[in-house]
Amino acid sequence: MSQPHRLQTGGRIDRDRPLRFTFNGRTLQGYAGDTLASALLANGEHLVGRSFKLHRPRGIMGAGAECPNSIVQVGSGNATLPNLRATQTELYDGMEVRSVNCWPSVKFDLSAVNQLFAPLMPAGFYYKTFMWPKSFWHNIYEPRIRKAAGFGKAPDGPDPDRYDKHNAHCDLLVVGAGPAGLAAALEAGRRGARVILCDEQNELGGSLLASRAFLDGEPAMSWVDRVVGELAAMDEVTLLPRTTAFGHYHHGFVSLLERVTDHLGPTSPDERPRQRQWRVRARQVVLATGAIERPLVFSNNDRPGIMPASAVSTYINRYSVTPGTRAVVFTNNDSAYQTALDLADHGVEVAALIDVRPEIEGVLADRVRKEEIDVLPGMAVVDTTGGQRVSGVRVMRLNTRGDSVYGEGRTIECDLVATSGGWNPVIHLHSHPGGGMCYDHDIASFVPDQPVANTLNAGACSGNFSLDGCITEGFSAGATAAAASGFGSDDIEGEAPATARVREAPMRPLWRVPTRRTVTRSPKQFVDVQNDQTSADIFLAAREGYASIEHIKRYTAMGFGTDQGKLGNINGAGIAAEALGEDIAAIGTTTFRPAYTPVTIGALAGRDFGPERFHAVRKTAMHVWHEQQGALFENVGDWKRPWYYPQAGETMRQSLDREVRATRQSLGVLDASTLGKIDVRGPDAAEFLNRVYTNGWKKLEVGRCRYGIMLGEDGMVMDDGVSARLAEDHYHMTTTTGGAARVLAWLEEWLQTEWPELRVYLTSTTDQWAAISLAGPNSRKVVEQICEGIDFSGEAFPFMTWRAGKAAGIPARVFRISFSGELGFEINVPANYGQHVWDAVWEAGQPYGITPYGTETMHILRAEKGFIIAGQDTDGSVNPMDLGMHGLLSKYKDYLGRRSLSRSDAVREDREQFVGLVTVDDPAEIIPEGAQLTDDPNANQAPKPVPLAGYVTSSYYSATLGHSIALAMVKRGRERMDEIVHAPQADGRVIKCRITSPVFYDPKGERQNV
Amino acid sequence: MSESIRQESPLVERNTRARHQASPANAGITVRPRPFLACINLRGDPSDGAFTDAVRGVTGIDLPTTPNTVADGDQWRALWLCPDEWYLVGAPGAENDAVDTLEQALAGQHFAVNDVTSGMTTLEISGPRTRDVLAKGCTLDLHPRMFGPGQCAQTLISHAGVVIRYVDDQPTLELMVRRSFADYLWVWLEDAALEYGMAATE
Repeated sequence: MSQPHRLQTGGRIDRDRPLRFTFNGRTLQGYAGDTLASALLANGEHLVGRSFKLHRPRGIMGAGAECPNSIVQVGSGNATLPNLRATQTELYDGMEVRSVNCWPSVKFDLSAVNQLFAPLMPAGFYYKTFMWPKSFWHNIYEPRIRKAAGFGKAPDGPDPDRYDKHNAHCDLLVVGAGPAGLAAALEAGRRGARVILCDEQNELGGSLLASRAFLDGEPAMSWVDRVVGELAAMDEVTLLPRTTAFGHYHHGFVSLLERVTDHLGPTSPDERPRQRQWRVRARQVVLATGAIERPLVFSNNDRPGIMPASAVSTYINRYSVTPGTRAVVFTNNDSAYQTALDLADHGVEVAALIDVRPEIEGVLADRVRKEEIDVLPGMAVVDTTGGQRVSGVRVMRLNTRGDSVYGEGRTIECDLVATSGGWNPVIHLHSHPGGGMCYDHDIASFVPDQPVANTLNAGACSGNFSLDGCITEGFSAGATAAAASGFGSDDIEGEAPATARVREAPMRPLWRVPTRRTVTRSPKQFVDVQNDQTSADIFLAAREGYASIEHIKRYTAMGFGTDQGKLGNINGAGIAAEALGEDIAAIGTTTFRPAYTPVTIGALAGRDFGPERFHAVRKTAMHVWHEQQGALFENVGDWKRPWYYPQAGETMRQSLDREVRATRQSLGVLDASTLGKIDVRGPDAAEFLNRVYTNGWKKLEVGRCRYGIMLGEDGMVMDDGVSARLAEDHYHMTTTTGGAARVLAWLEEWLQTEWPELRVYLTSTTDQWAAISLAGPNSRKVVEQICEGIDFSGEAFPFMTWRAGKAAGIPARVFRISFSGELGFEINVPANYGQHVWDAVWEAGQPYGITPYGTETMHILRAEKGFIIAGQDTDGSVNPMDLGMHGLLSKYKDYLGRRSLSRSDAVREDREQFVGLVTVDDPAEIIPEGAQLTDDPNANQAPKPVPLAGYVTSSYYSATLGHSIALAMVKRGRERMDEIVHAPQADGRVIKCRITSPVFYDPKGERQNV
Repeated sequence: MSESIRQESPLVERNTRARHQASPANAGITVRPRPFLACINLRGDPSDGAFTDAVRGVTGIDLPTTPNTVADGDQWRALWLCPDEWYLVGAPGAENDAVDTLEQALAGQHFAVNDVTSGMTTLEISGPRTRDVLAKGCTLDLHPRMFGPGQCAQTLISHAGVVIRYVDDQPTLELMVRRSFADYLWVWLEDAALEYGMAATE
């Protein structure tokens, strides 16, 4: 397999390690060290895709993050990666690559007919054309536009790869390992500072990887190798190649994306994650992010084979690839002269060097002329020819004002055009946290106006493009940053390598080559090549009244692509300035936002996905027992709670009926360990509870328990639970399972900020206690059998009291409380003994058919009794009067939320009230929870919106009662007992319901008091 | 208590002999659960000499008042949690007598003593990749320059709240976690350590 455009020697590729890959089904070869782009160019493949809107042929344009064109799909199956940039994709053996955005093939693309209609598709075309009729947008316009435009295809199945996150801290984070970044890291690293040095490329060295410059009399990479070697040997220095700093936030927080194994194959070959997101917190950040060459803008400047000059040099010097055989260089500054020399030195014919500057002097110009390259001063490329590859340029003379071209046109044949319009400092990361910028006339681009806090800009990203200047700035930034972290002084200790200084002639800024006719009638001058946005589109936006560059961006979609306009945006600002008749310095740029280059969602998620790790999973001390009994689990807050315990062959309903009957008739057991528990202690504990609960707590005797509700400041029910008085100054509070952390934080906030005078300590004891809840007529027999030191007679241990004793030999608190309406005891023991005591209960309960039940049966039992569950029957808009809990509202004291209960809205008579519902037609039918209730039986046919009477909050089948029951909030519900409301269903049925008391069973509470 | 009484670690299903035997050679981290260590949550005012004297009398420790520090005594260790809250950590089984004697010594003062021996459990993590593994879920800087002898910190390991304590420069770090989160933390550690290998030991 030949690589016809590969040079025989040189470059940073390993010719001993050939790699095979396929491009649109054809097998090609590259070398280790290649990017996909350099390997394609080595094989003469320029055409890689089609543009977004017009489906024009698109070739490899840049050589790094800036390339707008080389968007490909890599891999297959669920490991496929859409929209990878070939210039940043390292080649591996067996890589499968396909072009995107073209059908049936990149060379014969049916949608290319879009080009014929291009004059009809200017900026804003979509907004205007597809406005009418409105209903067409979702079903017709958008899907078709999406299909026609848009790039790669995302896989349908789960990602086979692993991703990870790593939190890191350092004294100094250096972004960019070019000459400035290496110098900064070296200076700080030698002083013992903790340094992280990251660079998006596979090797450290930055621009020097493709440079022919000399440092200390040797090729620059020798200096790089020495510096990298020294850094690698330092304990406190972390080197991160293949790592892009994609977001810079305040206070030295920077997000990096490390491509750990992307260069090894389509998926990670071992246990390493494919990619790792580094979340770095740095005391000081040195940005050494370099600069990106901007192309010159001229008609038909988008053809494959037209590239920034520095990209051409990179392919030659770094990858030993000649991207053409006959080149034209087109420039407005000196740097492209080096490209002309690179081309000539490697056997590529340079047909002409076209320079818009009328007079050209200097060392580089002399050297180019010495190579007998035809230098054309004061000229400009006005148009190009070609199809799937550029075949020639048309050149005319540029006037001194730079606003028109004139004279005899001349055509020069070529298959490569290297252009340079100057250099743009990469100020993206400087701008992310709000760093400002100003226009620098010398370089005709924007530079940081002043560094953001704890951040330094060094080298080309601050507008200093000379090699010696970059290195010196790097050392200086390293010294300053190290000193700010406490390592040495601001004085540079390291020695910069000697470098030849090349004096450059001034550039001639040119945002676009003038056209003979008006810009809109001329061949397209592409500004954003990926999104097909042209100078004509920018002029149109200005004509339509858009004056801000941010609005022009959004109207034209300039800079919207996956490249975020790294090549085109400054040219776009310059053209906008021309269109608006303003200075580019006043126009400015659009806002730079993270991410610098695209980041996979996987790297953002890390390992926090799936049932085990998406969120914390909390388990009780008896969890394994529940699993062994076949329990199904329900998530309650972070907890896994047994939902119900199906036996072989049972339906869910059968299980629940069995669990409910066993508990009502004999004995059920529930793991209640998840309830929140707070130890409340101190001389003012009683006063504190009096303030946070609505009812009175001061007179509660030691040894007794009481139910309480807590309100928010808005008077709405926030949480509820039973609390027990352990001693005069000591209470044991319980909360709902899901509300525990919120309640503790709420109570602490009041204690610490509003009532610091109250002497109360709160301690969470939720995890300390395993809670075993026994319910049913036989529960007393079991606790009597396993406990010591407690008299369980009804007189000695009445309902709503607690006693200390021992359970199965373990010190225990036993509470006589009930959430089922049955005789009930809750045994609390230290959780390390939870399973031990549970086993004792289980054994002692066998004669009574002890039946474990889960949250669903618990819900049914409490619903039969009309007990609320805060968060299920309340939703933050329900106050205690709505629930009929007037008796819990003390009139003799203040409490949180009390004042809100007298608001006009809280006391209006048509509020929704808590009631029960039973079905009328089919007594066993279960109304769906959340069902809306109407007075109109024909609500499904009635004009919308239908007035609502309320909604269902809880709904079950009650095996105890032999019919279904529901709890609901109904407007004026308590006045409407026995009236009929209707629950219209989505399937057209209407369930007829009768309003009842919410207490369906044992309304006098006799069963729990035996 | 009779011999038939059985304590159970929250990691009873995870830290098994089979898991110990399945531990890779050259593991990046080694996890050693320390179940049943006595742990008492203590609240009180450290500027009140009567309070600190009483605590010293029972535990032999001057309670640390510098944030995120640890004071070690012969039988007890105190970890600073907030300006008026500490964990007292001691040998397994020491909690019952200590709670009683603290209650007696502090009687009449404003304080709170809660046995949380069952509520917390401890895992020791050691090995060359200890910090790398924890850094995947912990935003604190655990570099020895920042977190060394005598220091502890309350933070999150992914979604689990923990108290981290510096043990030695192996490095060994100790995680105290609520028992209900222990299983999650173990699963998280196994996964986080996959690329380095995780050993488990008694």
